[in-house]
Amino acid sequence: MTPEGSLLAADGLHKAYGATPALDGADFSVHPGEVVAVLGPSGSGKSTLLHVLAGIVRPDSGTVRYGDRELTGMNDTERSALRRTDFGFVFQFGQLVPELTCVENVALPLRLNGVRRKEAERQARDWLERLEVEDIRGQRPGEVSGGQGQRVAVARALATRPRVLFADEPTGALDSLNGERVMTLLTDAARDTSAAVVLVTHEARVAAYSDREIVVRDGKVKDMLAGLQ
Amino acid sequence: MSIGHTLLGLLESGPRHGYDLKRAFDEHFGQDRPLHYGQVYSTMSRLLKNGLVEVDGVEAGAGPERKRYAITDAGVTDVAQWLSRPEKPEPYLQSTLYTKVVLALMTERNAAELLDTQRAEHLRLMRGLTERKRKGDLADQLICDHALFHLEADLRWLELTAARLDRLAETVRG
Amino acid sequence: MSPLRSLADRRTSRTDPGTAPQHPAPARPRSRPRAWADDLVMGMRFAAGGGREGWIRTALTAIAVALGVAVLLIGASVPTLMDAWHGREKARENLGQRHEPPRGDTTVLYASSDTVFHGQAIRGRLVRPDGAHPPVPPGMSQLPGPGRMLVSPALKKLLDSPDGALLRERLDYRVTGIIGDAGLSGPAELTYVAGSATLHEPSGYRIDHFGKAWDPPPMRPPAVLLVIMTCVALLTPVMVFIGTSVRVGNEQRERRLAALRLVGSDVATTRRIASGESLFGSLLGLAAGALLFLGLRQLAALITLWDINVFPADISPGPLPATLIAVLVPAASVLVTLFAQRGVTVEPLGVVRNRPAVRRRLWWRVLLPVLGAALLLPLAREQQWTDSPFNTVRLAVGSMLLLFGVTALLPWLVDTVVSRLHGGPVPWQLAVRRLQLSSGSATRAVTGITVAVAGAIAIHMLFTGMQAGYTEAYAQSSKERPDLAYWGHTDSWRQTEQALAALRATPGVKSARGALTANIGQVPVPGHPADDTGYMTIAVGNCAELRKLAALPSCGSGDVFLTDQRDKDVIRPGATIDLNPRLIEDDPPEPHPWQIPHNTRPTHLLSPGVGPNHYSFDLLATPSALDIGRLNSSDMELTVDYDRNLPDAIEHIRNTTAHIAPALYESSTVDNPHDQQLSSVRNGLFAGAVVTLLLIGAGLIITTVEQLHERRRMLSSLHAFGTRRASLGWSILWQTAVPVTLGLALALGCGLTLGALLLSIIDNGVTVDWPVVAGMAGIGAGVILFVTALSLPPLWRMMRPDGLRTE
Repeated sequence: MTPEGSLLAADGLHKAYGATPALDGADFSVHPGEVVAVLGPSGSGKSTLLHVLAGIVRPDSGTVRYGDRELTGMNDTERSALRRTDFGFVFQFGQLVPELTCVENVALPLRLNGVRRKEAERQARDWLERLEVEDIRGQRPGEVSGGQGQRVAVARALATRPRVLFADEPTGALDSLNGERVMTLLTDAARDTSAAVVLVTHEARVAAYSDREIVVRDGKVKDMLAGLQ
Repeated sequence: MSIGHTLLGLLESGPRHGYDLKRAFDEHFGQDRPLHYGQVYSTMSRLLKNGLVEVDGVEAGAGPERKRYAITDAGVTDVAQWLSRPEKPEPYLQSTLYTKVVLALMTERNAAELLDTQRAEHLRLMRGLTERKRKGDLADQLICDHALFHLEADLRWLELTAARLDRLAETVRG
Repeated sequence: MSPLRSLADRRTSRTDPGTAPQHPAPARPRSRPRAWADDLVMGMRFAAGGGREGWIRTALTAIAVALGVAVLLIGASVPTLMDAWHGREKARENLGQRHEPPRGDTTVLYASSDTVFHGQAIRGRLVRPDGAHPPVPPGMSQLPGPGRMLVSPALKKLLDSPDGALLRERLDYRVTGIIGDAGLSGPAELTYVAGSATLHEPSGYRIDHFGKAWDPPPMRPPAVLLVIMTCVALLTPVMVFIGTSVRVGNEQRERRLAALRLVGSDVATTRRIASGESLFGSLLGLAAGALLFLGLRQLAALITLWDINVFPADISPGPLPATLIAVLVPAASVLVTLFAQRGVTVEPLGVVRNRPAVRRRLWWRVLLPVLGAALLLPLAREQQWTDSPFNTVRLAVGSMLLLFGVTALLPWLVDTVVSRLHGGPVPWQLAVRRLQLSSGSATRAVTGITVAVAGAIAIHMLFTGMQAGYTEAYAQSSKERPDLAYWGHTDSWRQTEQALAALRATPGVKSARGALTANIGQVPVPGHPADDTGYMTIAVGNCAELRKLAALPSCGSGDVFLTDQRDKDVIRPGATIDLNPRLIEDDPPEPHPWQIPHNTRPTHLLSPGVGPNHYSFDLLATPSALDIGRLNSSDMELTVDYDRNLPDAIEHIRNTTAHIAPALYESSTVDNPHDQQLSSVRNGLFAGAVVTLLLIGAGLIITTVEQLHERRRMLSSLHAFGTRRASLGWSILWQTAVPVTLGLALALGCGLTLGALLLSIIDNGVTVDWPVVAGMAGIGAGVILFVTALSLPPLWRMMRPDGLRTE
């Protein structure tokens, strides 16, 4: 059951950690340029769903399809390569390399994709400017505020112009104003590049930046769009 | 909040006297404002008229009203519809939501379902507000923020309630 | 009651004893030492019950301290060891009494019959009691009877083994017992005491007791150097390891200390508690170190160095050094803990690091090694090493300054080099940036490698140089003197002839020549000092033997020849000389005058001179020309040329000579006893260096893994980004490789300098053992790979998405 025109779709995902099921027959789909909020109580399997969708974790059963490719059939190297080129990630905190300057952090995924250093850092500067943190580009993550750091993280996630952006509680460690600004910049940038966004959050105000939400409960996904229409 | 639907919901677990209904209502939902007996009487009359309840029997005794009411099939359907219908998100919604959650539990309906439905409705409104805020001026932003925070508070409470459903279920059913 | 709670109670009651109404029974204020002790004990309780990290730290501290304690205890045992060894040697020996006792019931004829078998020296002693109550050396209850011998356990083993077959032929006495430990200098010593029925003066000398008071020679400079250098080279990495281990799990400890501050303990108290924690590990380490020392000294029995092989029991430190070690080592680890906390203030809500950014200044870092070299250089330029306390201290301080200078230079070097590195691929960039930001922990660990390698190279050079010196000396003399020479007392030409015949019949012998030699002198004139004339020598042999010494026109029985080397004032045809010249000043013997025949002809020696294969005689005589019995202590001198390609030829020759006369001395250059010993020491040293480096490697792994653990979330997110595992693996490799490579380079430079200086000090030629230097570098590279390889599994684990969980 994969909706027409979807960019990333999952069908019947099962994943258990030991005896504990994290996903129990979850379905999912997201269209290009669409922002989907993933909601649900703690321990419902939100993060696991994100990890499986992004190809970080392999499901026990079920399929994840990205475009016309079967993610679940790829080996680790292929999935890593896909994550480098087509996906971007923003996490709650602690994702920046503390030793690298902000601009080097943003340039990192580009360089992992083989872009030359100079060019990568030029593009990184553009992204930092776009996220309004151009002035801290020479500083290290330890020297900047949480909001600035998170903007750097968003810049880094967008730098490779990913088709899908995975954000796991991207504003979880920020105050309201910073969280809001980060969400605005993130969703604007994603829409501009027609990137799909999978946004895991427990905050309604953050979820309100989405186009639609799904609820994960007991490892199952409930698409609220279908329920409302 | 709808007293009629609440009383109907209370009847769903079994026929009760008018006085029992008042007591049950006060106990679960009344908080510091107990129901007047007259409200129960007039509400029951209206429900009787609409065929949602029926008089199950009359007991002899001193008091003014010894009628025992029972819910009809139409009444059950009406409660179900009411419960599954999301409330229009508005500030200070909790009492209604609370009533719905407790009743859903007492009638062994799926409270989580109810919460999800309500959240979807809230989010729909919040999306609108967020969109308006993005495009609006400072005044718009402030107004929208006010509403958004209240709506978020509702949803937080809902999340918390969902998390506590197990414990709540024990209290209510016990 | 939780420790936190009790502390809170205590703290409050101590600072404010009177006003504590909320406490039902306010505790009395504790005395200061009492409070200190309580804090230390609490720290120990944390160490013992501090969870997994606490235990890892405690265990590592204990291991480090144990190693340090063991090394120090062994080092502190060296003086007692040498005393014990010399003591044993003194107790069992009697090198001859100045006034020989008269023959009696309690005297014994004693002679040394040392031999060499397959390069191993065997100490042999012959005894022939004069009466029923001869003295008995330690380790045996009575002297062996004629034809019997007592042997050391090691010799017994050798004799009983198939390898010992040839030796059994040589020592063909019946083994009637084993010499006890008291009669041995060490457990591996090869020695025997045999009873002889034929031993007589002057082959043997008469003694009436064993044991002689003689002062042991002072330790030789190489030994002093070795002990000092080993201690420095081994202790520094151990100190570094302690430094690393007390820092393990620092974050967790700081959180706990912060919690203690929150409930009211002051800064000093938290420091004491932290000290208590590391004290616990130290005390465990002290106990383990003592056990390790006891275990290690059992190995001493297997080691022979400079002919010194000792019993494990002889290795025991004096009470004062032992006490100092027991007190100072735990104290040192506490100091390291406090040092590690310098600039760190534990506040109730967390830890404040107010350590200013360390600016690495160069001048004092250079000063240390320069000062060290300055101390050593004059020593190196001195012609001869003089073993004065001043020199020893100068040597120790100089070496230590040079080695520690390296540890001071390294952080500066790493900082300077790393700050100039940039660019490069992503893993390289990650590693370089990491080092730029905080090279401290990596550098600290590498410092240990540097000192260990520099020390090992220096010691190694010392040994290699000495070994090369010996080898060269032996090779040189072998070239000049390819033959074996034997000499020993003989009474008659017949015996010499028989000996020559026996040697010629021995397989492998190409040729043998020999003569009977003796001192002759001027006939003493009463009232005239006799020693003016010096000693002259006569060689007695048949014509065939004499022709091998000099060009003789013709020769017949009874002929005597004057050589061109003679003392022309005394040795003339027809002159009378003394065949029994006096040898000891105050004991003039009775002169044995003999007239040189008138028909004595001159001749010239074939190979006159001093040194191997050269000889100098004044007179040559055929046996019938004089009465050999009148000669003073006549010796036979035999020279043997043999086939070096025939295996064991030399052992057969020794067997032959042993049967001619056990007390014959051999002079040869075939066995270089130093080679084997030094080789074994070098191998041991190499093993020690490897162990040290592995230890440092372990420290590096701990640091690296802890670092990885702290960065779990970041690593997981990098993995989410699709970063290849290999990229991060490479970055760990570089992160280790850069400081280790710099450290090794510095270590090589310093080690070679120090080694060269040390070799000059003992007046040895400077040679560099490049394979060993390469080996050290190889081990360094191995450590890098080892650390990287062992860090990879935790790295993979940290990269798992678990690290991304927020809930």
